[in-house]
Amino acid sequence: MYTEKVMEHFRNPRNVGEIKDADGIGMVGNAKCGDIMKIYMKINNGIIDDVKFQTFGCGSAIASSSMATELIKGKSVDEAVELTNKAVVEALGGLPKVKVHCSVLAEQAVKSALYDYAQKNNLVVKGLEDFNPDEDVHEH
Amino acid sequence: MGKKVYMDNAATTQTKQEVINEMIKYFNEMYGNPSSIYDLGRTSKRAINKARTSVAKFINADEDEIYFTSGGTESDNWALKGVANANKSKGNHIITSKIEHHAILHTCEYLEKQGYEVTYLDVDENGVVNIEQLKESIKDNTILITIMFANNEIGTIQPIKEIGKIAKEKGILFHTDAVQAVGGLRIDVKDLNIDLLSMSAHKINGPKGIGALYVKKGTKLDNFMHGGAQESKKRAGTESVQNIVGFGKAVEILEENFDEHIEKITKLRDRLIKGIKDNIADIKLNGHPVNRLANNVNFSFNYIEGESLLLYLDMEGISASSGSACTSGSLDPSHVLMAIGLKHEIAHGSLRLTLSDSNTEEEVDYVVQKLVDVVNRLRVISPLKG
Ligand SMILES: Cc1ncc(COP(=O)(O)O)c(C=O)c1O
Ligand SMILES: [Zn+2]
Repeated sequence: MYTEKVMEHFRNPRNVGEIKDADGIGMVGNAKCGDIMKIYMKINNGIIDDVKFQTFGCGSAIASSSMATELIKGKSVDEAVELTNKAVVEALGGLPKVKVHCSVLAEQAVKSALYDYAQKNNLVVKGLEDFNPDEDVHEH
Repeated sequence: MGKKVYMDNAATTQTKQEVINEMIKYFNEMYGNPSSIYDLGRTSKRAINKARTSVAKFINADEDEIYFTSGGTESDNWALKGVANANKSKGNHIITSKIEHHAILHTCEYLEKQGYEVTYLDVDENGVVNIEQLKESIKDNTILITIMFANNEIGTIQPIKEIGKIAKEKGILFHTDAVQAVGGLRIDVKDLNIDLLSMSAHKINGPKGIGALYVKKGTKLDNFMHGGAQESKKRAGTESVQNIVGFGKAVEILEENFDEHIEKITKLRDRLIKGIKDNIADIKLNGHPVNRLANNVNFSFNYIEGESLLLYLDMEGISASSGSACTSGSLDPSHVLMAIGLKHEIAHGSLRLTLSDSNTEEEVDYVVQKLVDVVNRLRVISPLKG
């Protein structure tokens, strides 16, 4: 049911862990739904130097977090804000329909961490004006 | 690598070679229709009746109380819809539990739409139905109590004798879904006051797509399948002769060394439970600690999710199952795990391992060892493990 790419990221997830002195942290999802993603970012001069994740969730949740972190590592904050769940799904070679929510969660986790970074540094990030970190994005 | 360990015997079992050997004859030379009058037909008829005798004996029923069906699901559907329809004049109230298989629950929901009233009994933290609540739920218009013999997810065995007694006293029909129980417990329908009982062959090393409904003589039950005169005009359709023969053979093999079989599986189960408890922290055994099926192990592992667990185990060649939402195709984790009061995140992290007598101690130890690794790996990834 999963593509080889999904399984590859699930088997060997990239960027697993915590960043102790992270500049931005985002956590989305809830235990009720069975998926929680937490993303940590180290940001210097508007560039995401390092990113790590922790995920409680199914195979596609883990693969989506792994892929999302890979897609934004080394990118600028402005580029990372533009990461969409579609891009995550595409990079994974597709996700089963019932699992697309996992990629939405990955997008939201990235945005949430960027939002946290912007808040802490009194920055306005284009694309995050309407972002609500507490919104329940977990539709199935 | 290359090692394969099958521990999902509550989902289905391997058809035993002896069973296949019996079945093959009824594809080859003995292909007659059991309703036909000539020798080839009579041969098939005799084979069906031999199987019927074996199945009947196994649960202490009479031969004419056993009707072959396409499996557990059909038996459950037939029992509920057939009793409901045939007893309409008596009442429209049915009592069941919150932890039944979907073959029962979805049939109950269907009957509710047809105007029947259904009470879904609660269970305690071990998954045992609340007997007091059962007694209080009985009304003048109650026509049926349907409580599963043993649960497919957590293995909990229900106080069937007590329920049968209550039903008998009140003059209410009692059906039990014994699909998971037949391979793990001695069942005597007379002693237990059971009026209807569902069974399925593929859970006891028989073929898939065949089962039976035991119907006590004199029970008012409408037909479910209409057509020819097969099964004493109670269940139409040309009999699946080879499957019935396979079912009969599977029962005979089980009957032959039942006690050894149960003893062996129980030992493996207890070794598996001990191995997991001794080696992994922050876990919970789901289901009754003592009154549980001999082959059932069900644990929740805190901080991790069941589908990931299954996928990592699969990479190690281990087949198992989980009650997590992600494996059920719906938003919620298993209704059984919710009914025993598990928190969502704990229910999502459940793993069911169900044994057969083909499993070995070495396999049990292998599973424990791999499980330790896999749980650790997933906990490292988890944001919940502080
Ligand atoms: C308790 C219970 N009832 C009914 C069924 C359905 O049986 P079958 O697969 O033969 O239709 C199952 C099998 O999953 C079961 O475990
Ligand atoms: Zn989810």
